[in-house]
Amino acid sequence: MLIYIVRRLLVGLSVMLTVAVVSFMLLHLSGDLATAIAGAESSAADVEKVRVQYGLDRPMVAQFADWLGAAVRLDFGRSFYFQNTVMELVGERLPVTLKLGGIALLLAVIVAIPLGVLAAIYRDSWVDRLSLLVAVVGQAMPNFWFALSLILVFAVGLKWLPVAGNTSWQHFVLPAVALGYYAMPSLMRLTRAGMLDVLGSDYIRTARAKGLSPARVVFKHALRNAIIPVMALAAVELGFMLGGSVVIESVYSLQGLGQLAWDSISRNDYPVVQAVVLIIAVFYIGLTFVADVLNAALDPRMRTR
Amino acid sequence: MSSASLSLPLPTLPAWRRGLRRSLGHRGLVIGSVILALIALAALLAPWLSPHDPYAQDVTQRMIPPAWYAKGSWEHLLGTDKLGRDYLSRLLYGARVSLFIGLATALISGLIGTTMGVLAGYYGGRVDAVVSYIITTRLALPVVLVALATAALVGGSLKVVIVLLGLLLWDRFAIVTRSATQQLRDAEFIAAAKALGASTPYILLRELLPNLMSALTVVATLEMAHAILLEATLSFLGLGVQPPTPSWGLMVAEGKAYMFFQPWVIVIPGVVLAVLVLGINLVGDGLRDVTAPDGRN
Repeated sequence: MLIYIVRRLLVGLSVMLTVAVVSFMLLHLSGDLATAIAGAESSAADVEKVRVQYGLDRPMVAQFADWLGAAVRLDFGRSFYFQNTVMELVGERLPVTLKLGGIALLLAVIVAIPLGVLAAIYRDSWVDRLSLLVAVVGQAMPNFWFALSLILVFAVGLKWLPVAGNTSWQHFVLPAVALGYYAMPSLMRLTRAGMLDVLGSDYIRTARAKGLSPARVVFKHALRNAIIPVMALAAVELGFMLGGSVVIESVYSLQGLGQLAWDSISRNDYPVVQAVVLIIAVFYIGLTFVADVLNAALDPRMRTR
Repeated sequence: MSSASLSLPLPTLPAWRRGLRRSLGHRGLVIGSVILALIALAALLAPWLSPHDPYAQDVTQRMIPPAWYAKGSWEHLLGTDKLGRDYLSRLLYGARVSLFIGLATALISGLIGTTMGVLAGYYGGRVDAVVSYIITTRLALPVVLVALATAALVGGSLKVVIVLLGLLLWDRFAIVTRSATQQLRDAEFIAAAKALGASTPYILLRELLPNLMSALTVVATLEMAHAILLEATLSFLGLGVQPPTPSWGLMVAEGKAYMFFQPWVIVIPGVVLAVLVLGINLVGDGLRDVTAPDGRN
């Protein structure tokens, strides 16, 4: 198990490094950064001045080495737009996104697990069909549109919640619902599949034969075994949500990491964009690591993969 | 009944007829196919179905609500946008953009992903390790963010969206073809082809690939839906398809400022987008159920 963890950790670290290379290359090769920073209308001399000023005239490898060398010490340089360092900006915004992602995941899990359990117990009943319908329809809606629709119904129509902003907890309700809704179906289906698997097994039959109450069998014996893969998936979903927060945050003008990335993209503030891409990737890698370890702890066969 | 009639062989249907029967018995697949066929037809026939030119602006006819509203008119069945362009016509032409992006992206990402997956599954060992590593790295990249950042540098356009999404959405193709190839690698028909002296490209393309087709079709539909949603998202954020091209995501973005007083401007394009994606997903899920080996016969 320890060997498995160490190996996974090493893979995770090297993936991080690769992501760093890719995100750096992507921004340096897909266009001329100096022109983008100086603005399309500026003269060739101005562009050259910017190029030298930001060190973009140096060889790519040297630029990358410097950037990475600083990045491992969590120093991502200064923003092109603000006077702050990138880390100050990120430090300000990260808690908002983590809060959003955390609430969203909590909501998704609270809805998904009971629904999945019910769908498994009452297989092919209306609960099962309805939960499948919610999942299928949910996956089809574009998330930005779902977010706007929530505003129309709950903020404008019913006036229960504020439209946008991030000053109180009420501001987090709609964004968290909009974000969590997309993680819910897969969690629910996995709970259902896991429960169906477990409920058909021999030890559940034994537990039933012993005369344990159905509730005890379902919650104490079955759910306990079905839940670990769901928790592992939840970790991965949280990683996806952090990446998807850019859309939701921009709809609700929530001042999180996603909004920072989005604003920085439109301001050509590349040090910030690079840092946010890398930070989100690092979170994702960390969370999938947690998921892998959870799954391996449950199923020894996974460890040899 | 005589014993002679009992001994008559049962009529066997050709494989495709059996497949058709199974498909027609699958409600989701039928509903999905009908939705998809209708939207594809609307996209193909857009020039003939559209009551107006989707690009024609008319400042005297701005923000007219759909016909069922009191202020609506039958001239513009689904109303007009902020520039007085006919909403129905833009919607019909928008179907072309969505479907084209979905198909083109699935094609590009399918080529990339299948190549990687088949090679990894067939050769195993180092090749597999490298491909798996690339897949892991790709999964760690936040798609929306990377697409936005790159589109901002290159400049958003239909072509850029297709190339970007094609280069980003191959992961599921690779994962599925990799494990399917691993299962088939040691099959008897592959061994037979090898014994007959067939070249590796022949084995991969003519023996292996046809057996991956049903799995590939399922992944392709799901990735098509994924690509259509992402195009809408990029266009909504202003870095996808550029105005005045009618894209459904862009229509939601353009209507956003008016949604508090005229909700229909965002409801209409959003609903058609969801219906299209729902249709594609139903087809994908249905195909998976119908072609699943354990459900055969």
